[in-house]
Amino acid sequence: MQKVNRLKPFFENVVFEREDNHMIVNFGPQHPSSHGQLRLILELDGEKVSKATPDIGYLHRGMEKMAENMIYNEFLPTTDRMDYIAASANNYGFALAVETLIGLEVPRRAKVIRMMLLELNRISSHLFWLATHALDVGAMTIFLYAFREREYTLDLIEDYCGARLTHSSVRIGGVPLDLPKGWIEGLNKFINHLPIDIADYEGLLDQNRIWKMRLEDVGVVTPEQAQSWGCSGPMLRGSGIAWDIRKEEPYELYDEVEFDVPVSTTCDSYGRYKLHMEEMRQSVRILKQLIPMYAQTSPEIIAHAPQYISAPKEQIMTQNYSLMQHFVLVTQGMRPPVGEVYVATESPKGELGFYINSQGDPYPYRLKLRTPSFFHTAFLQELLVGEYLADVVAIIGNANIVFGEIDR
Amino acid sequence: MMRSYSDKQNVQKKPYYSDRFWVAPQISKEAAKSDAIFASDLAVLKAKFEIKEAYIQKGQLVVYIDPKDNVSVLQTLRDELSYNFLSEHSAIDWLAKSGEFEIFYQLLSTSKRKRLRIKCFIKEKEILKSVTDLYNSANWAEREMYDMFGVIISGHPYMKRLLMPDDWYDHPLRKTYPLHGDEVAQWYEIDKIFGKEYRDIIGPEERDSARVDVNDTYRFAHINHEVPFGAEPSSEKTVTDYQEEGGVFIVKKLKKEDAKIVKERY
Amino acid sequence: MAQHKINYLQEAGLPVALTTVDKLVQWGRSNSLWPLTYGLACCAIEMMATGASRYDFDRFGTIFRASPRQADVIVIAGTLTKKHAPFMRRLYDQMPDPKWVISMGSCANTGGMFNTYATVQGADRIVPVDIYLPGCAPRPETLQYALMLLQKKIRTEKASRRLEPKRLV
Repeated sequence: MQKVNRLKPFFENVVFEREDNHMIVNFGPQHPSSHGQLRLILELDGEKVSKATPDIGYLHRGMEKMAENMIYNEFLPTTDRMDYIAASANNYGFALAVETLIGLEVPRRAKVIRMMLLELNRISSHLFWLATHALDVGAMTIFLYAFREREYTLDLIEDYCGARLTHSSVRIGGVPLDLPKGWIEGLNKFINHLPIDIADYEGLLDQNRIWKMRLEDVGVVTPEQAQSWGCSGPMLRGSGIAWDIRKEEPYELYDEVEFDVPVSTTCDSYGRYKLHMEEMRQSVRILKQLIPMYAQTSPEIIAHAPQYISAPKEQIMTQNYSLMQHFVLVTQGMRPPVGEVYVATESPKGELGFYINSQGDPYPYRLKLRTPSFFHTAFLQELLVGEYLADVVAIIGNANIVFGEIDR
Repeated sequence: MMRSYSDKQNVQKKPYYSDRFWVAPQISKEAAKSDAIFASDLAVLKAKFEIKEAYIQKGQLVVYIDPKDNVSVLQTLRDELSYNFLSEHSAIDWLAKSGEFEIFYQLLSTSKRKRLRIKCFIKEKEILKSVTDLYNSANWAEREMYDMFGVIISGHPYMKRLLMPDDWYDHPLRKTYPLHGDEVAQWYEIDKIFGKEYRDIIGPEERDSARVDVNDTYRFAHINHEVPFGAEPSSEKTVTDYQEEGGVFIVKKLKKEDAKIVKERY
Repeated sequence: MAQHKINYLQEAGLPVALTTVDKLVQWGRSNSLWPLTYGLACCAIEMMATGASRYDFDRFGTIFRASPRQADVIVIAGTLTKKHAPFMRRLYDQMPDPKWVISMGSCANTGGMFNTYATVQGADRIVPVDIYLPGCAPRPETLQYALMLLQKKIRTEKASRRLEPKRLV
């Protein structure tokens, strides 16, 4: 039925035989350390990379096109699949963009719950980063340890929204549910233990000779490069630029909680590793402050805006008018005002921005997803040049790229 | 029978019902002088370039410029007004309405903590100058824009499709491009892997998510009662714990009663 | 080393097990299924979680192999896009027989929520699939259960079967 091996290798005009000392290595799109479907065409001079050409698009699923064919609420679960390691951060970014578009104020309890989810997601994402990065560099133990802790964050998120990976835990206008019984106690237990675990990882890695050799002075990002290539998040702060959107343009209640923005001035991979560890500690610190804040809030969790947002479930079930509103909003979708917004939030990877151009229709006219990993991957073509082939994997791992949000 | 007319200029999904008398509200636009920093920035730009329109929307300054000035405007913004980041750059398709693309550059100044959007309109075949020399982040943003919209860029170091394969036909984010793809797209992987002659054997894609197949009752496995493909569902429970009759060579049988279950972590 | 030759038949030697060749071969095959380290999207994260500490995939005798030449089973974990489909097919062709395919998650089964121009509407258009796993993303328990079902399937097969091309679509 099929002719096996009909496929001929497709190398896009890459010449493999060269007269000089150069060699061309095709890395990916399927490679255990490429963190997804990254393809790199590396030109090697001896053991050093003299030219790197990243090729992406192997996970392009057409999300922006999908958004143009979907009502706003329908698109929210799709955002889960962008940065699938911290799905709530994407949900939140999209919800915030739409809320800004329609000018909505979210109840305080919803804000607290959102922040809890965001910080849990940040911890989960950083743990995952540490696990895979360490695995790439050769530290298998850290992979198993960090995944163990990550499962506890996923347990908490699963208790809240029922999903491990694709949360959809934020709605436009608030959050769908209040925290379940016993959740705060579980969170307390987790955040009390996490600093001990982080100290364990650091005990294994900080002075580890191999870890330091693989990371120190590898993947140096100068502040000028970071600015020009549009780096954000830990990649930017790892180059000594203290820019955290949570601090500089505070959204939700980030202006009410105390936290520090860690900055590394060494500009190398090791500095970024220390920075990720410190960010996890700061997330724990934020979570600790959120727990008493949660108790002081009133129980509303979703904004009251019948034109745009469905009423809470209980009200839909008991009141006729709310049911009618809900029906219209589900079948036709909300119609936000005409205009455009660009809203940036600090996702675990960096600046996650949603640009929405609305023409007053239930469907966005144009939705552009500005994802941090996209620009970090573009940066690889300059970052990898001059590095050793063995360090390529360490740098890719350190850049914390996720293909769901690069290709969208 | 006449085929009903459908607009090919914009094949995106349309709302199935719209109130005739409903007028969409607008997001308010404030004058640029309401913000001191934006006002001074705009004054610098106005002194040098032709500014078509400028206003503040949702706290961000939006400036419409002439597309010919794009490089020099961004140069001024970067060097003189310290807008050090180009955070996003893409296009909007207005081809059906006016035959134009709307290009936007989303800028960020970390020292002023301000975000600014530069916009311009270009015709479909008009050539836009590349800004990769100013901001490297435009490198891939421009490639993506070419890939998705077909906006032609001049002066780009490596202009090639980014997200779609090189032999892809058409630009997917144009409003004329259907969500499910054109014919080339729908058969792309079959043509590439097996060849065009295999189209009939493999058959067209099933894209109707609401399609109901009678065989679904049989062909979908019933959990814990899985049967081979096409077989009748069975009431027999699937045994998943592996155990050869009479025990296995060397391996001891695990008894579930002996297993220790950890309920609490700490 | 002839003088160190062990007489297995003497007392306290290894026991001798008698079984059919089929059973022995399939017992071996089913208990050392080596999947390919092949992650496409979100489901790959769940696949990693399955391999990590809490779920411990190694209990089933699965060790992730980075090369298709050493792998028996390929888990299509995530959205298969049209750009990636030729590469996927090549990896499948590079795997030695006997080989099995698990399609993990809605995207690999049918295209799932991504009913767009860029996604393959079901990985079974490209390669023959043995087990379809529902869910978006399937939990690690689901993947483990699928692997158990695959083992069950392998045990019922004949070891000496002619390698016929499997059903496609």
